[in-house]
Amino acid sequence: METLKEKQKDKKNPTTLRISGAEAIIHCLLAEGVDLLYGYPGGAIMPVYDELYKFQDKLTHVLTRHEQGATHAAQGFARVTGKVGVAVATSGPGATNLVTGLADAQIDSTPMVCITGQVPRHLLGSDAFQETDIIGISTPVTKWNYQITRAEEIPEVMAKAFFIAKSGRPGPVLIDITKNAQYDKLDFKYERCTGVRSYKPIPPPNIDAIEAAAEVINSAKKPYIVFGQGVILGEAEEQLKALVEKAGIPAAWTILGLSAMNTDHPLNVGMVGMHGNYGPNVLTNECDVLIAIGMRFDDRVTGSLDTYAKQAKVIHFEIDPAEINKNVQVDIAVLGDSKETLSLLLPKIKENRHDEWHNEFKEKYKIEYEAVIKEELHPTKEGLTMAEVINEINIASKHKAVIVSDVGQHQMIACRYSKFKQSKSNITSGGLGTMGFALPAAIGAKMGAMDREVVAIIGDGGYQMTIQELGTIFQNKTPVKIVVLNNDHLGMVRQWQELFFESRYASTVMSNPNFVKIAEGYDITAKKVTDRKDLKAAVDEMIASKDAYFLEVKVEKEDNVFPMIPSGASVSDIRLK
Amino acid sequence: MEKQWFTISVYAENNVGLLNRISGIFLKRHINIESLNVSKSEIEHVSKFTIVVNTTEDWTRKIVQQIEKQIEVIKAYYHDDDEIIYQESALFKIASNLLFDERQIQNIIKESNSQIVTVSRNFFVLAKTGRRHEIDEMHDALEPYGIMQFVRSGRLAVSKAEMPISSILNEFYQD
Repeated sequence: METLKEKQKDKKNPTTLRISGAEAIIHCLLAEGVDLLYGYPGGAIMPVYDELYKFQDKLTHVLTRHEQGATHAAQGFARVTGKVGVAVATSGPGATNLVTGLADAQIDSTPMVCITGQVPRHLLGSDAFQETDIIGISTPVTKWNYQITRAEEIPEVMAKAFFIAKSGRPGPVLIDITKNAQYDKLDFKYERCTGVRSYKPIPPPNIDAIEAAAEVINSAKKPYIVFGQGVILGEAEEQLKALVEKAGIPAAWTILGLSAMNTDHPLNVGMVGMHGNYGPNVLTNECDVLIAIGMRFDDRVTGSLDTYAKQAKVIHFEIDPAEINKNVQVDIAVLGDSKETLSLLLPKIKENRHDEWHNEFKEKYKIEYEAVIKEELHPTKEGLTMAEVINEINIASKHKAVIVSDVGQHQMIACRYSKFKQSKSNITSGGLGTMGFALPAAIGAKMGAMDREVVAIIGDGGYQMTIQELGTIFQNKTPVKIVVLNNDHLGMVRQWQELFFESRYASTVMSNPNFVKIAEGYDITAKKVTDRKDLKAAVDEMIASKDAYFLEVKVEKEDNVFPMIPSGASVSDIRLK
Repeated sequence: MEKQWFTISVYAENNVGLLNRISGIFLKRHINIESLNVSKSEIEHVSKFTIVVNTTEDWTRKIVQQIEKQIEVIKAYYHDDDEIIYQESALFKIASNLLFDERQIQNIIKESNSQIVTVSRNFFVLAKTGRRHEIDEMHDALEPYGIMQFVRSGRLAVSKAEMPISSILNEFYQD
């Protein structure tokens, strides 16, 4: 089918076209640069699917096996490319199945546009077949949502949807389109949205705040940076590195900030939070200036707020004004886009080193290495550890892979031990903790970065939540690598039961099927490793494979992830065992 | 921090669904909306929500930040009672015979500075505008005689300080 431009070539009036709402949706998507979307058809969205059929040379629709999978695939795509991910579903159950993905994208600030079909306008409110109030349902988990009931609304609303999803602090937008609006004709004319008068995506930088921040940073004795996804979303990786190097400041990351800075950079001191590194947590309460960049002081990062960085002056670089003083009272708030504010800050920063302070991180790392890391990476026990698997993947992929992790113990281990050289490489469900995220997200990530190795790291629990997406991999021959770290338990919950519920393992023991056979059923090369001596070869074979590959590794059943800040405890009280 | 009364004024685009979005912000944090009024504002096509809460200033500030974050909200403010001029309105429907049988009713009408909106064979309607306690006092005075129906509006408030919505909107068009 012809794109709008092609159609307009021979027309007398080049600005408008009389087309159906459904076709208009396709032209909107094309105008926004979308060439790939995920979804699942159904009654109320059929006119759109009919157009997707006609436009399949311009727009690839990937049929997932569940609408939730479509959202996570769109998220994976968005996270790896920085573009807006798109998911399509029908009304009723199709739409409600999007909710988890919307909530995940909302809390992890992922740009996504979801399009749902809706019953015809005249049936709205009549409890029609597959009618559900998806606007009402999705309101708390979307950055914006809107129901289109007239075809002529489509261009403007779609343009607004993409603008809102991508601009400022990104997030998911849901557009619900009644079936009549898909059938009806409109005079189509598309203009990209450049602004919404009630919405200020990026607060203008305040030079006084930047001056004040520079002054505090320049006079700090023990400055400490904690960065989050705001650096990646703002594409401020270079500015962050420049700041860290110029001022000689140790920098740690949240799990969504991971990969914004080379993991092997000498001043990259590791991960903060519940299962983060020892030094970055403990020294939060010893720094004199805490510079938070593009992060939101999540409770999994801060532990108890009453004992979090109370001694420090806190500087918060943040795009979203609602995050300022939400959890942690800050001394200086620098609102704005991280790339812009850091760029303005940099010339005001004096060259500096804080070797003694940096050494404290190194000393703490030695303690953690002896207590935890050594045994994790080079176990002396018989059972395999999750960390040694991650380590083999690091080596085999030369630190270049995109790692997509699910939720639970393996996620913490993947974040703790993965090595990255490139930004936008760590994709995980951070805020919502959505089990089942990784397999579909890895599909989206791979499709967004076909030139890169994409490895999904999943637990045996989360894997079975969206295992049907193997069908998507099968149909599209998507060469993702799937690693299931199987401990036959819902490991993280089991760990909490062991530590805080006197080892009463309520519903955390899993009898698992033959995962290899399941993968083989989908024509995916599959291998199971139960012995350390077979691990390296299997990982090498997986990474070398040009096609999708499934690797199950049987790991120790009752290993715990340490260090750990017990829920509600202080970052200072992190436990090494 | 101590709980106190705050009046939140929200200037927003007049769009379906925004009330749901705003009320969700309160719901999520278990903060009760003590009163709510939605009307047009001094600016064409801009709605004004006036929301009264009884909570700490810290919570109020956080809520206002979250409200302002909503795409269709132009600007939100919060004020304590000293910073605003505020009123509520109430209607009382009362049996007409009481007007003649109970002398005291006429005194209540006079003393309360309320107005008779309508009188019919069976009932009459009194309108009273004022502070909440004044309306409550009038309610208590009338109650012994029997009130057929009673309704009170949400708080209506204007701030003493400026709420420069027009200039915010103009800024957008200049950018």
